[in-house]
Amino acid sequence: MSSSEFYNPEFEALSRAEIENLQLERLQHTVEHCYAGSRFYHERLDSIGIKPSSITSLDDLRKIPFTTKQDLRDTYPFGIASVPLSKCVRLHSSSGTTGNPTVVLHTQRDLEQWANAVARCLYMVGCRPEDVFQNTSGYGMFTGGLGFQYGAERLGMLTVPAAAGNTLRQLKFFKDFRTTVVHAIPSYAARLYEVMCEQGIDPRRDLALKTLVIGAEPHSEDTRKRIENMLGVKAYNSFGMSEMCGPGVAFECKEQNGLHIWEDYYIVEIVNPDTLEPVPDGEVGELVLTTINREAMPLLRYRTRDLTRILPGDCPCGRQHKRLDRMKGRSDDMIILKGVNIFPIQIETILMQFKELASDYLITLETLDDNDAMTVEVELSDMFIDDYGALQRLEKEITRQLRDEILITPKVRLVPKGSLPKSEGKAVRVKDLRKQYQ
Amino acid sequence: MTVNQLSIFIENKSGTLVKVLKTLKDEGIQLIASTIADTAEYGICRIICSSPAKAYEVLKAAGVAVSLCDVFAIELDDEPGRAADAIELFSREGISIAYLYSFLLGGKGVLIFRTDNAEKATKVILDNKLKYFEEKDLSKLA
Repeated sequence: MSSSEFYNPEFEALSRAEIENLQLERLQHTVEHCYAGSRFYHERLDSIGIKPSSITSLDDLRKIPFTTKQDLRDTYPFGIASVPLSKCVRLHSSSGTTGNPTVVLHTQRDLEQWANAVARCLYMVGCRPEDVFQNTSGYGMFTGGLGFQYGAERLGMLTVPAAAGNTLRQLKFFKDFRTTVVHAIPSYAARLYEVMCEQGIDPRRDLALKTLVIGAEPHSEDTRKRIENMLGVKAYNSFGMSEMCGPGVAFECKEQNGLHIWEDYYIVEIVNPDTLEPVPDGEVGELVLTTINREAMPLLRYRTRDLTRILPGDCPCGRQHKRLDRMKGRSDDMIILKGVNIFPIQIETILMQFKELASDYLITLETLDDNDAMTVEVELSDMFIDDYGALQRLEKEITRQLRDEILITPKVRLVPKGSLPKSEGKAVRVKDLRKQYQ
Repeated sequence: MTVNQLSIFIENKSGTLVKVLKTLKDEGIQLIASTIADTAEYGICRIICSSPAKAYEVLKAAGVAVSLCDVFAIELDDEPGRAADAIELFSREGISIAYLYSFLLGGKGVLIFRTDNAEKATKVILDNKLKYFEEKDLSKLA
């Protein structure tokens, strides 16, 4: 493949040895920067007797302790940053009001590098300045909004920040603006097709769509194929997380076989989540990322809790940047639903505030008509109300409070005490019937 | 003027009602009246029975979500229009009926109901000299 397919040939075309040289140089710089600017990292490195000068090879990275989501919460809001706040220009934060959210800071340079990474991803799957890019992702704190916006603009596409929802308007924009590239979560892509059918729109005949970027919600290969067939597009898997910046961390190339992770931005490790020892390429483990191209808030050996593996072998596209397989699940209990990250503890905290409820609950995730849905079953306690109206009000109030917390409206079902399944005395909290991790 | 009623939360799933009724049967408790309204996912089974306090204990012990509450029980003569007359008295005072059911017991018509204002309802019953049942009357008839 010719280098005209590369957005940043100086980085995308590097050989393995060149990537690793660059990584070592950037790692050393990052550790120095964290040690000098971040009290958190300074204390942490001091506590184990490591100086930036101790890092003389990529293997030395393993001397540095892991950074966890808990570290981000413990240092909330700004405690992990490596630059003064006056140098920061953007903040993104995770959703949820239970416990401290995680905050990610960006300098102007970080935003530029982030936009470049997203532009590189989009260019890789054939997007060019002639294209019209419509983003159906939520904007605001959700990084899929602004992240793709800046990346698509950087590439030079006409960019339509349609944002989430209002499907009829999305379709009108597709038609009127001759949209060619769409970013959507997989379940929304299916919804778009459903409404096209209702409206008598044949995407192949009436629209100009050719590329779909799907991410933020794990999905199976079958789902991708189905979406491609429905919309008559090529669909590419996008991977990112707000702790790393957002979208643009890893992305499929035209081979659609694994997501290239940009190794000039990140050092990838896959570790056994129990022993935390590295696993060989090809074996599934927890993805651990070190940012080596960030200023405001570099993270050293961040445990993403996502389970995946490195695909062994070279990619025919010519890029030597390693490929991640589709995400295989989580090493914690985080739920990803419609692009929103949810921890069962958030739901539990809300439920426990209702004296009408007993302590057991069950969260069921399933795909209904191509849409991911959450049902929360809760057991009524003995304090019982003899009134349908009161039961319905109770259901409504639980639903409302859950929606405020997790930003998704679950279906709440009241069930009798003792009716939810238990396994070996320990309550089963989450039942995931979706086929997302296949 | 009130009797004890069991209110039981029943999931809309086969077998849940049987469990409740068998628990009562095993204790030799007799049903006098019962009612369940249909909703999509759950129902409230309301039961008037021979020994409500005991029924409450055994159901609770069996892990059933149950409550014991007081509901009004008035006696109606067995002729057309008596229910309408009675309910009108409450309606005139602006009292709403939350739910109501009726049955015949020992040749007498029994109207069971719950209102949104127990105090006002009590006054209506007394002022109009309506005939009513106490818990002990029911168990005698049963």
